[in-house]
Amino acid sequence: MTLPDDQQLAEFRDYLLRYALYRLRDEAAAEEAVQDTLLAALQAKSGFGAQSSVKTWLTGILKHKIIDAQRKLCREPLQIDERVDSDGDVSDFDGLFDKTGHWGSDGPRTWANPDASLEQQDFWRMYEKCNERLTKRTALVFAMRESLGYEIEEICQNLEITATNCSVLLYRARMSLRLCLEKNWFGERS
Amino acid sequence: MMNCKEATRMVSEGLDRDLALGEKLRLQLHLFICDYCRNFSKQGNFLRRAAQSANKRKSD
Ligand SMILES: [Zn+2]
Repeated sequence: MTLPDDQQLAEFRDYLLRYALYRLRDEAAAEEAVQDTLLAALQAKSGFGAQSSVKTWLTGILKHKIIDAQRKLCREPLQIDERVDSDGDVSDFDGLFDKTGHWGSDGPRTWANPDASLEQQDFWRMYEKCNERLTKRTALVFAMRESLGYEIEEICQNLEITATNCSVLLYRARMSLRLCLEKNWFGERS
Repeated sequence: MMNCKEATRMVSEGLDRDLALGEKLRLQLHLFICDYCRNFSKQGNFLRRAAQSANKRKSD
């Protein structure tokens, strides 16, 4: 059995970590998933050398570890601001609407040519910052839906949450992200 | 008549499932008269494009 040298291993580790971090949005959980993956790989009978593409093979193992980690993250005790989720309550955005449920004076504005921002480093820094403000579960569900393209049913199944819960989390993610980007990025540009 | 709070929920759900015909019509009617919610809808689509291109950037 051929073992990869230290430099190769470090490269794989970097790649896997980025992969896991993006899907879990939690550093500790991502580290753990990658650790488990490398450990499982080193213990595998076939060994590194026998694999045609080590990267693909490792990523395959990592995918399973990520699903386990996603479940675990979702079962963590809820923070107080997340407890309302289960009743489908989104009253945390009530302040944006008037008594009749219409936008107050501060409704969504027109974002001028938003796609041009996708080419700018600064935009992505702000995008990350806005993502970091979401709670773990909200960020996780948003990433599964919008970055990875899972269907709602798959998210519910993987995370063992209800469809209502899922759609509330997605609404909350979209509302928070657009508020944050409008305030901190597009506001100055329109 | 749908209010903005309901309309934004419906816009968000429309990104995740096929809306029923009635829901779609009521939403379209609201979007027709409400600039704010129309902006919200465009922003939702933009966030989707952003999330997808963020994914591409990370996996390069
Ligand atoms: Zn409206």
